[in-house]
Amino acid sequence: MKKNWAWILIVLLCLNCSNDDGSGGYEPTPMPLDIPEIFSNNIIPPVIPTDNPQTIEGVALGKKLFFDNILSADGTKSCVSCHSPQSAFTDNSPTSIGIDGIAGTRNSMPIFNLAWNYNERFNWDGSALSMERQAEEPVQNPIELHSNWDNVVERLQSHPEYPGLFELAFKTSTITKELTTKAIAQFERTLISANSKFDQYSLGQATLTEQELNGLDIFLREDKGDCFHCHGNPNNPLWTNNDFHNNGLDATFTDLGLGAVTGDPNDNGKFRSPSLRNLAYTAPYMHDGRFATLDEVIDHYSEGLQNSPTIDPLMKQIAQGGVQLTDQEKADLKAFLLTLSDPSFINNPEFQD
Amino acid sequence: MIRKILLQLCIVLCVFGCESDDSNSGNSNQTSPTFTFSHDWDGTPVSSSDFNNFMFTTANGESVSIERLRYVISDITFTANSGEILNINGHHLVDVTNDEGFSYTLPSTIPTGTFANVSFTFGLDNEDNSQNYPDLNSANFNVPDMLGGGYHYMQFDGKFINSNMEEMGFNYHAIRAVDASDPNNLIFPQDTFFTVNLGSIPITSSTEIEIEMNIAEWFKNPNLWDLNVYNQMLMPNATAQILMYENGLNVFSLGEITYGTE
Repeated sequence: MKKNWAWILIVLLCLNCSNDDGSGGYEPTPMPLDIPEIFSNNIIPPVIPTDNPQTIEGVALGKKLFFDNILSADGTKSCVSCHSPQSAFTDNSPTSIGIDGIAGTRNSMPIFNLAWNYNERFNWDGSALSMERQAEEPVQNPIELHSNWDNVVERLQSHPEYPGLFELAFKTSTITKELTTKAIAQFERTLISANSKFDQYSLGQATLTEQELNGLDIFLREDKGDCFHCHGNPNNPLWTNNDFHNNGLDATFTDLGLGAVTGDPNDNGKFRSPSLRNLAYTAPYMHDGRFATLDEVIDHYSEGLQNSPTIDPLMKQIAQGGVQLTDQEKADLKAFLLTLSDPSFINNPEFQD
Repeated sequence: MIRKILLQLCIVLCVFGCESDDSNSGNSNQTSPTFTFSHDWDGTPVSSSDFNNFMFTTANGESVSIERLRYVISDITFTANSGEILNINGHHLVDVTNDEGFSYTLPSTIPTGTFANVSFTFGLDNEDNSQNYPDLNSANFNVPDMLGGGYHYMQFDGKFINSNMEEMGFNYHAIRAVDASDPNNLIFPQDTFFTVNLGSIPITSSTEIEIEMNIAEWFKNPNLWDLNVYNQMLMPNATAQILMYENGLNVFSLGEITYGTE
């Protein structure tokens, strides 16, 4: 009898302390983000949802979905149609054109370093409150991929490969909208850009020209460009604060931006500050793609500001149109801004189809 | 006999083996007080819901709308009656705009008892200001190197009605005062972080200490602030920074102290 009790206790001991679910079955392979040195040295860790950890299988599935026309109603477009790797995952038209040939009202946002958007408001207007939720909308938007999620799930479910890939990524072959967007978000989180000339300069691996250094000075001077209050600095290598500002584009608004999302008129005309990384590849600029060149952007802040009730108080000399840079200062600032572009990002084979 | 010992060992392991609680954390006379932060305009409570409205008037008579307010406090210090000083290294960002950082529980413990003085630093002292803080970098709170580097002590943005009766932005950004007229020879005329003394405070096992900021004081005392004169581009303006520092000395006060029960 004593012998039986001893065995029971030993079994209890073995089971009691285990955190394992005991299934002993397949688990997707963890794939932590490869955090660049320039980020780990300077900013806090990225946001990874606990219910959507990065895995090799999840990222691979997300990549396949990102490039696959199966998400569109007529099988003609995919995420990459408006988010091309060669354009730092945006496109080069002012506003993107959906499957029905209809142009939207917003410029396609580039996709990189989004895991470091700490407040997790995505899109120009902050309407998506996570990367997973962001991935839902373009699929069903009538002027984008114009699909119905039920139909998308049905197509994926009846596809010869996808059920198996979902099984590998999420341990279920039953495909849902939520799992589809989780996979896409996992892939998007791997799109990390941190190897620009300026990154190399910050790490002591490159030098900047005198003109580029002058441009950095203008960028950082409160009495010159004063760009750094919204667009980062050498210690914030995201080159954005991911916050929302009215940067003086219009005196009246046809697009309310954040205001349409929050319903607060004080937010009218506010849009998310985009990162200044990869500007060499992301023209045209602003939420509606109104500026074809970087020169036009700089001219706007120098002498093109439009006053309105919600213009950000960080905008200066509004009555004069802006910060009044000389031609030389504009050229220097542009030279610096271009050092933030990262050719290794747009050519990374991991990010190509 | 061996079986009996094994059995006893198993029982002991079963009972204690999986204990993950660290409830033996020890001295019940140690505690981590919590500091809370509240804001008012000459006694009228201010929160982010009051922002973006011209509902305040400075001592100089300018109507003001607050749009952004965040600041750093650091180095909370407890001075015992014996004169012993307990300095809690660390900093904390209060972001009124986004309703974040209104509560700060000390990251380490102090003994309970009555302290002759509790104090904190507004901003960061020069040594702390020379460090690299990922949380403040991520909050985009940096000061450019050509102005001495480090961090803002406070970013206070808004609009006022200027003497032409027009809305105009202001950026009341407090940093370490610097004369950067010669980029190769930065001159720091005086320190502009400051210590706020809250006075004697009894600390029990559960104490919450409220720190109040009277925002109106930034514009009032001893320097009557004329926003028509000092409004934007104040970071490179050492004179303005020193005026901010002098007014800042009157901004903070001790609010309520509450004691919980355990």
